[in-house]
Amino acid sequence: MAEILEVKDIAQQEYLINMGPQHPSTHGVMRLVVSLNGEIVKNVQPHCGYIHRGIEKMCEKLTYPQIIHLTDRMDYLSAHMNNASVCLTVEKALGIEIPERVKYIRTIMDELQRIASHQLWWCAFGMDLGGLTCFFYGLRDREPILDIFEESTGSRLIQSYYTPGGLMNDIHPDFQKKVKEFIKYFRKILPEYDQLLTGNVIFQERTKGIGILSKEEAINRGLTGPSGRGSGFACDVRKRAPYHLYDKVDFKECLYEEGDTFARYKVRIDEMWESMKIIEQLIDNIPEGDYTAKMKAVIKLPEGEFFQRVETARGELICFIVSDGNKNPLRVKFRSPNLINLASLNVMSKDFKIADLVAISGSLDLVIPCMDR
Amino acid sequence: MNVVEYISGILKGVKSLLIGMKVTGSYFFRPWKIVTQQYPENRKKDVKWFYFLPLWKAHGKDTPAERKQIVMLERFKGELIMPHNEKNEHKCTGCGICEMNCPNGTIEIISIQLTTEDGKKKRAIDKHIYRMGMCTFCGLCVKTCPSDALAFTNTFEHAVFNRTKLNKVLNKEGSTLMKGVE
Repeated sequence: MAEILEVKDIAQQEYLINMGPQHPSTHGVMRLVVSLNGEIVKNVQPHCGYIHRGIEKMCEKLTYPQIIHLTDRMDYLSAHMNNASVCLTVEKALGIEIPERVKYIRTIMDELQRIASHQLWWCAFGMDLGGLTCFFYGLRDREPILDIFEESTGSRLIQSYYTPGGLMNDIHPDFQKKVKEFIKYFRKILPEYDQLLTGNVIFQERTKGIGILSKEEAINRGLTGPSGRGSGFACDVRKRAPYHLYDKVDFKECLYEEGDTFARYKVRIDEMWESMKIIEQLIDNIPEGDYTAKMKAVIKLPEGEFFQRVETARGELICFIVSDGNKNPLRVKFRSPNLINLASLNVMSKDFKIADLVAISGSLDLVIPCMDR
Repeated sequence: MNVVEYISGILKGVKSLLIGMKVTGSYFFRPWKIVTQQYPENRKKDVKWFYFLPLWKAHGKDTPAERKQIVMLERFKGELIMPHNEKNEHKCTGCGICEMNCPNGTIEIISIQLTTEDGKKKRAIDKHIYRMGMCTFCGLCVKTCPSDALAFTNTFEHAVFNRTKLNKVLNKEGSTLMKGVE
């Protein structure tokens, strides 16, 4: 016979709750095993790997142009940046110079993708905290960006637009006009986001002072991207190790010192303004020229190890390729920002309520397929 | 916390809620700003405007210009096709570059040996099989084709009742190679 516990003892014991694998606020199949003392979170143990597809292993039997279409499917909300990580690595290894026009188009596409990703994050974050209106407003404004992508690249979400050495096809003749129209529209619409959600008293009560992570802890845990910048960690790859045209354009690295959920939210809203600023500087000056550099039919990398980091909408993505001189890579490794940002979830959510765990994990903007790869 | 702070906190909270409701409420009085589209209805040619606003259907006025039939963008990668001209000729030489470049084994080419009039042997396609269920629409086949024999169309309604119906033969029956394409 098991020993009989008194009510008082039960209240003091920790117990485990599974959040996921199918939970609406994880936005994917991820399981968080949460240790609770009453309502207070004591420990969070993430279990990932539910949609592991073995993308790194699959890359080993594909050629370099073929790898591109797999990288789209890791972090589907920043597909262009994922493509860029592989393309830049291959271009660096071969030592080829890509045309100016390609650099301009790639920078604009990356920033459009960043805005689209932050919009989707904004609407999903609002929905997690109970504001369903945000969801429709965010998706409405994301639609023009997807139309711009569809017009030039042929797809809406998973574009496979970059190739080693350039682009799949040239931009559509209407591209510049459409982008300028969108920027004009979105500059008017973005203050609406602040009125709807940022100033809302319920939202502020649920995010301010919740999930605090100090700068030292953020650096120790390798928290990058907007989440890291919310803790004051200056980790923007676009500033630290510029690629594309980021060393030529003028933009601000958005930093907040508070390190709470609201700071991470504010970083993303500010980044949308900064992205629009970058696009406006480039859109009128796209030079004429080829949309791809001259490449051999079969791309073979020289023997060695190659490495490139890019800033996706979630943080620092690193592509690391080991080549043995063949047309296939010997080993490919992607440093996914999502998996590493997940590591700080435990520290952030300690001693907060379980309802705050939804807000904290939402503010990290995790994309599960990129985590599992 | 004293009484003044408590009451001003409540008032600030109510004000912030009202600001948010002003945004949503303003759209209630500007129905022409609504972006929702009624999908199967906007496939039709003569779209009545009340398809978009079912509540106002009873009034039944004429179509406003901006809510017309849905238009797919021309570059949309919906389905792989092999364009044929009016003489039932295509440009595919059966070289197999698309088959080699496809990352998923979507394309399979069954080729035959033809003997031309002057006695030379020549390779030609018997069947160009495209398995759409395996395709990831990366576009490498179209990009690498040396004779521009392949293209994407912007169709998007691909639902079928049986998986085998997704396997298609792209070259039409009795089609031949266009003259001048090597």
